[in-house]
Amino acid sequence: MTDFTMEKGADGVAIVTWDVPGKSMNVLSMDGAAELDALIDEALADEAVKGIVITSGKQDFAAGMDLNVIAGMKEQGGAQGVFDGVMKLHHLLRKIERAGMDPKSLKGGKPIAAALPGTALGIGLELPLATHRIFAADNARAKIGLPEIMVGIFPGGGGTTRLARRLGAMAAAPFLLEGKLCDPGKARAAGLIDEVVDDPVAAAKDWVLRASDADLVKPWDQKGYKMPGGEPFHPAGFMTFVGASAMVHGRTMGVYPAARALLSAVYEGAMVPFDQALRIEARWFTNVLMNPSSGAMIRSLFINKEALEKGANRPDQPDQKVAKVGILGAGMMGAGIAHVSAMAGIEVVLIDAKQDAADRGKSYSEGLLDKAISRKKATEEKKSEVLARINATTDYAALDGCDLIVEAVFEDPQIKAEVTKKAEAVIGKDAIFATNTSTLPISDLAKASARPEQFIGIHFFSPVDKMMLVEIIKGRATGPRAVAKALDFVRQIRKTPIVVNDARFFYANRCIIPYINEGIRMVAEGVNPVLVENAAKMMGMPLGPLQLVDETSIDLGVKIAKATRAAMGDAYPDAAVDEVLFRMADEGRLGRKSNAGFYAYDDTGKRQGLWDGLAARYPRADEQPGLTDVQHRLMFAQTLEAVRALEDGVLEDIREGDVGAILGWGFAPWTGGPFGWLDMLGAARAVEICEDLAERHGARFACPALLRDMAAKDQTFYGRFGQQKQAA
Amino acid sequence: MTDAFIYDAARTPRGKGRADGSLHEVTSLALSARLLNAVKQRNNLEGHAVEDLIWGNVTQVKEQGGCLARSVVLASDLDESIPGLSINRFCASGMEAVNLAANQIRGGAGSGYLAGGVEMMGRVGMGSDGAAIAVDPGLAMKSYFVPQGISADIIATEYGFTREDADALAAESQRRASRAWEEGRFDRSIVPVLDQNGLTILDRDEYMRPGTKAEDLARLKPSFKDMGETMPGFDRVAMLKYPHLDHIEHIHHAGNSSGIVDGAAAVLIGNEDFGKAWGLKPRARIRATAKVGTDPTIMLTGPVPVTEKILRDSGLSIGDIDLFEVNEAFSAVVLRFMQAFQISPDRVNVNGGAIAMGHPLGATGAIIIGTLLDELERQDKTLGLATLCIASGMGAATIIERV
Repeated sequence: MTDFTMEKGADGVAIVTWDVPGKSMNVLSMDGAAELDALIDEALADEAVKGIVITSGKQDFAAGMDLNVIAGMKEQGGAQGVFDGVMKLHHLLRKIERAGMDPKSLKGGKPIAAALPGTALGIGLELPLATHRIFAADNARAKIGLPEIMVGIFPGGGGTTRLARRLGAMAAAPFLLEGKLCDPGKARAAGLIDEVVDDPVAAAKDWVLRASDADLVKPWDQKGYKMPGGEPFHPAGFMTFVGASAMVHGRTMGVYPAARALLSAVYEGAMVPFDQALRIEARWFTNVLMNPSSGAMIRSLFINKEALEKGANRPDQPDQKVAKVGILGAGMMGAGIAHVSAMAGIEVVLIDAKQDAADRGKSYSEGLLDKAISRKKATEEKKSEVLARINATTDYAALDGCDLIVEAVFEDPQIKAEVTKKAEAVIGKDAIFATNTSTLPISDLAKASARPEQFIGIHFFSPVDKMMLVEIIKGRATGPRAVAKALDFVRQIRKTPIVVNDARFFYANRCIIPYINEGIRMVAEGVNPVLVENAAKMMGMPLGPLQLVDETSIDLGVKIAKATRAAMGDAYPDAAVDEVLFRMADEGRLGRKSNAGFYAYDDTGKRQGLWDGLAARYPRADEQPGLTDVQHRLMFAQTLEAVRALEDGVLEDIREGDVGAILGWGFAPWTGGPFGWLDMLGAARAVEICEDLAERHGARFACPALLRDMAAKDQTFYGRFGQQKQAA
Repeated sequence: MTDAFIYDAARTPRGKGRADGSLHEVTSLALSARLLNAVKQRNNLEGHAVEDLIWGNVTQVKEQGGCLARSVVLASDLDESIPGLSINRFCASGMEAVNLAANQIRGGAGSGYLAGGVEMMGRVGMGSDGAAIAVDPGLAMKSYFVPQGISADIIATEYGFTREDADALAAESQRRASRAWEEGRFDRSIVPVLDQNGLTILDRDEYMRPGTKAEDLARLKPSFKDMGETMPGFDRVAMLKYPHLDHIEHIHHAGNSSGIVDGAAAVLIGNEDFGKAWGLKPRARIRATAKVGTDPTIMLTGPVPVTEKILRDSGLSIGDIDLFEVNEAFSAVVLRFMQAFQISPDRVNVNGGAIAMGHPLGATGAIIIGTLLDELERQDKTLGLATLCIASGMGAATIIERV
């Protein structure tokens, strides 16, 4: 198996081609790096070779480092292993950059250029940045950038140091700190690459044959190099660095160690020569990799998310790809589902009781496409193509030939039962019927179906076109083919699935509701609501509980509370929450949609501060809790529910629990999910916190037996459940 | 323990710290040396009289770098046998120089010292010496760094001071400073700045705006609102540190914050024998000194805990102190001090402060000790306490007692 091959041309140009066998995208492994290293040595030593062009044998250049390798480096060698591995990579890239030139005179090196046919991400850009000139194909589909920060690490293959020196700290910031990607044209304009051409290999060959000694010397290897925008103690640079720390700190709420480490690498590196800067970068990169947060983020946001998308929990069934989907109900959810289905090339029948309602559902798609066109993300052709796939109608007969039905009518068992019967009368006997519901038990809804083993729940999140998670719910009678169908459908529409069993609120809502309720409960207790909201955000939650309930609407909360109360009777534990919730609803403070809720809004609907009426109604307690106490309440409200879901068998796989939490309700991504977070805390410490919270705040924090057992056995969730799953 | 006495306190007038300020043509070195020469002369000292020169200065680069204190000794009429020590405790540098000198004397290391400081803010820009706390991401984030103006606004928000409170204090500072000049209350301390020919360059604090009314100040735009709320958004950093705050009230502006000026101040300190040897009468005893470190984000609340400490250490209570000098770095600093100790404004900064006359960073600590002593004498009171808030979260204080 060779990832890199070299062909020496008669013209003196050695073409090094990156083409990892058996993969659609190149990723760099340590073995691959060693191969490249050997080829570069060979080419530099070979007098017949005048210059080198590094390119790809695939449509794209590379997707980055193999994150599994990075995870492995840490497990095998600890900090020293990571550092040594990273330094090895630096030596290779530095060898390319110096290209055999005399270190004093800077003469005599061999020109090395990168030719990128398409996408170049992560190390796929860091390697080109080490060459002397980067040529990219004029390929609007290609994405170029350094997205490492998105999975909790930062560009550690010299990309941080090279880009900061190439562009200056300010200009490099969007690429390093936000992981901004761009097409080749924009990448050239930003200075990430040098040239956009029709045939990058030909242009690169031409360039290496013409390049002079001076063309090979990077600015930072020249005497008198000055960092664009100024180094940290240059007056202008000073302001940049002061601002950068504040901005990163504020935006990340201080919970993402990678952003902090990246800035430190840039700052410390900017004041020393290049080779030392690389070593500094490697030390910080090692530091980030050794931080449990990066491992947890890579695990959930990359490795496990991908595994779930590829069908890790798919029953062994033949291909269930959807050709034609029938969507019942053209409201917000139905219209969204229709849109993502049509975008994925699936024929859609969008049904509503009235034609104008069905048409409105279709026009939702039109609106989204128009917006995409105005942002140059779609074309008129694409729009008419997608819209042509949606048949908006009132006629159930149109469902004929659908192999999947997604029912998304009003959350009323009666109505759902009616449309189920109506649809089943038309569709083929093999078709799968899915109900989109966020609250109603699937097994109950399945009673309306003549074929409950073909009946399944698919819970989409709103807005459907933006939210990446789809929760698939198995009813008691749901068969494996229905699960496979749902999973294949989710894969077609390019979302991430989790499969859970049927119980009240399934998984996501089961965890979100206690989070919201805990926030509201604190308001009732007289805790400063500002503290509640900030405490949540400082744990990495995208929205505080009060803002979240304002967004999802307070009347929905009331509706859920009433239904839950009716189902639970005397055991209902949330009367204190309802007191607040019902009062808000009674006054018409329904959240964002009524321009009034826990927050105040201006006339245009822009959120102002927290509503000052809260303080009058729920007077501020003299003794305010500490930040950690508030955070523990908000986090344990969610995580204990996740543990209970696992105990109850609602969750069958902790990977789904973690990925689902991050994608479903934005659960603190830096933790890698609720189970990841509990593993970071350690079971023993988690039990301690539970006991303390239960004693002071009530039985809802009672420690689940599972967690207690894990503490006794000194286990982690991924230790106890992760391996089991891998073996299976 | 040996007592340390103040025998003399002198200062230059403060010039605007700008290119058109009257002292802009004078070097830090010359300003310092001429002031010390004047002190030497008016106390009839010989060049070898003191053990050391301890010279406070914050921005120790360029002409203020390279151990300015030693250069000042060599440039002045002092003997080369006097070494010279430059120190930096930010805004309390001048006070720390006095306190260090006093404590050397109390500990028996020498009988007489010259202490004080200088800052030519118009010549050597504030912050031009760099600062890791502001710019090193590791420390900036660990310490929740925000600029001082944001800190002052946090104090206002946290302790409930309004823009009107701050402006009223600023207008009063102007009124008091202008009255003090009219009545000659600074006469004993002020040493006019002369050129090498004896010609006067500046003989009066030129930063003052007598007649300023609170209504005039109400028109000024808050200085720290943009950097707090928009770019780069320091308020968000502050809110991470103080998550109970919904927002930061930006109340400070150029008119209710200390002025950027040039100036120097010196204090002559010695034990009893020093006075006898040179025929000098002690004016006050340095009763106690203190310094503390505090929360670096809100940063400027140091005067409260350092006052608590100095009172505890000296066995005094707040009621024992007749007069206070609390450096007017920002209005909220003084407002917070008065609020914390429930002190009447009549006893605080009787002759105005840095809002009216300016705050030459390295000198101010020594200036306010002199101002306090002058006013204790004028009112014939006994105990005075001077204190300053300090960058990066510190506080310093000195209690003097007339003898």
